[in-house]
Amino acid sequence: MTEYTFAYLDEQTKRMIRRAILKALAVPGYQVPFASREMPMPYGWGTGGVQVSAACLVPEDRLKVIDQGADDTTNAVSIRRFFEKTAGVATTTRTAEATLIQTRHRIPEAPLTRDQILVYQVPIPEPLRFLEPRETETRKMHSLEEYGLVHVKLYEDIARHGQIATSYAYPVKVEGRYVMDPSPIPKFDNPKLESAAIQLFGAGREQRIYALPPYCQVVSLDFEDHPFEASKADHICDLCGSATSYLDEVIVDDAGGRMFVCSDTDYCETRRAAGHRGRLAATEEEHFA
Amino acid sequence: MTPLLQVRDLTKHYGARIGCADVSFDLYPGEVMGIVGESGSGKSTLLGCLAGHLEADRGQVLFDTRSDGPRDMRAMSEPERRMLSRTDLAFVHQNPRDGLRMGVSAGGNVGERLMAVGARHYGGIRAQALDWLSRVEIAEDRIDDRPSAFSGGMQQRLQIARNLVTGPRLVFMDEPTGGLDVSVQARLLDLLRGLVREMGLSAVIVTHDLAVVRLLADRLMVMKSGHVVEAGLTDQVLDDPQHGYTQLLVSSVLQV
Repeated sequence: MTEYTFAYLDEQTKRMIRRAILKALAVPGYQVPFASREMPMPYGWGTGGVQVSAACLVPEDRLKVIDQGADDTTNAVSIRRFFEKTAGVATTTRTAEATLIQTRHRIPEAPLTRDQILVYQVPIPEPLRFLEPRETETRKMHSLEEYGLVHVKLYEDIARHGQIATSYAYPVKVEGRYVMDPSPIPKFDNPKLESAAIQLFGAGREQRIYALPPYCQVVSLDFEDHPFEASKADHICDLCGSATSYLDEVIVDDAGGRMFVCSDTDYCETRRAAGHRGRLAATEEEHFA
Repeated sequence: MTPLLQVRDLTKHYGARIGCADVSFDLYPGEVMGIVGESGSGKSTLLGCLAGHLEADRGQVLFDTRSDGPRDMRAMSEPERRMLSRTDLAFVHQNPRDGLRMGVSAGGNVGERLMAVGARHYGGIRAQALDWLSRVEIAEDRIDDRPSAFSGGMQQRLQIARNLVTGPRLVFMDEPTGGLDVSVQARLLDLLRGLVREMGLSAVIVTHDLAVVRLLADRLMVMKSGHVVEAGLTDQVLDDPQHGYTQLLVSSVLQV
């Protein structure tokens, strides 16, 4: 490729982003400001994640991009093609083969390894945003560790719904210090935040990068008498029969028919290739034959 | 006995204008101090400086902390000051909307200070919130309603419950009965007097309503143009005013 600098961004910009990433890794959960660039895609489509990925990619990398767990949705396809075109790196849909995974709203089901980097697209990095609208005040609350307000939100959940109804972007405390928004992943994925892989979070519009180094302690906030629960739909996957993966509910007709399928498409395909079958797997294959 | 609060030469200017000047007083545990004066006399500025909402130019505010004895609040670090204002201090605003979270239920409003100092047991927090709602005469079944569904008097009582739930030792009140009709005022004053006596609270009450200080305050300071012009026991100041301005203030009250 000669038309673009490797991975689109110029070298000085990548250097600036790498410095922010190193700082973020040194202070887990702390939101590091960075000079976010205009990217050739709209805000909200992963401009932060793309910049972090661009700063981390090397020519030997194998890239995987997922959107809500799927490799084949618009956001995932377009970002994957963006890096195929501008960086010329190899791409894959297999979690195990990827060295860098950019994700929107999910953590892959397959456990990540120490050789992998997971990059999250983050819409709103500030976990206190909807509790306290003033940025000056939320910064002060972070610096003084004043996090009582997060529990007020959870209290309101229980008072109104009888349980903690926050089901995604569930706040976590990192290494006993910073409260962090894990991006809008389902709370089912929260336990997977304690991982062997490096996890980087990029928010383009809000110009913030934060990070979780490998094996760092991540605790989901809760009450003693209402402990955190990593919930999922109480079904098994209708395609691969998995009882442990996070499921999407799909309406299949106008008569109330529905099916549950793994949200992680690679996980589901790998299981089916290994011979696992769910309730509707055979009919689906006939249908597409 | 060590005074709970010792104020020395507290001064605050707004540019060239005086907010309050050279205010000194002692407040002992269990004592209620009233500050009266007309609008613009520096009452609220003084209260803001005492509570740490405003930065004073000069002077000392010594608070008798539980652990280290009297310490100057103006010299404390911000984390210390914020911790103090969540535990030992309380501030009741004139407008309950300034002191309440209007988007959070009554129970959440009362529980916020508990959670801010580390309470993490939902049942415990809720039980304490219920207890405090009943102490300020708010029905138990209103615990999950938002303050926006409450009347002005109820909002003010909720604000008081929210402030007193962590058992503070010193309460600042800025016109706590302002904007309420007289019968609601009377009940609120009754409630406040009961709570102050029962919990042994010290309080600084800013008001322009002489009836409020007559009922609640042990001692009285009269302010005019940023200066304290007269101070003494409430009954003494109100029944035998010495300063010309105090005489004017006392004689201005309409007799019904």
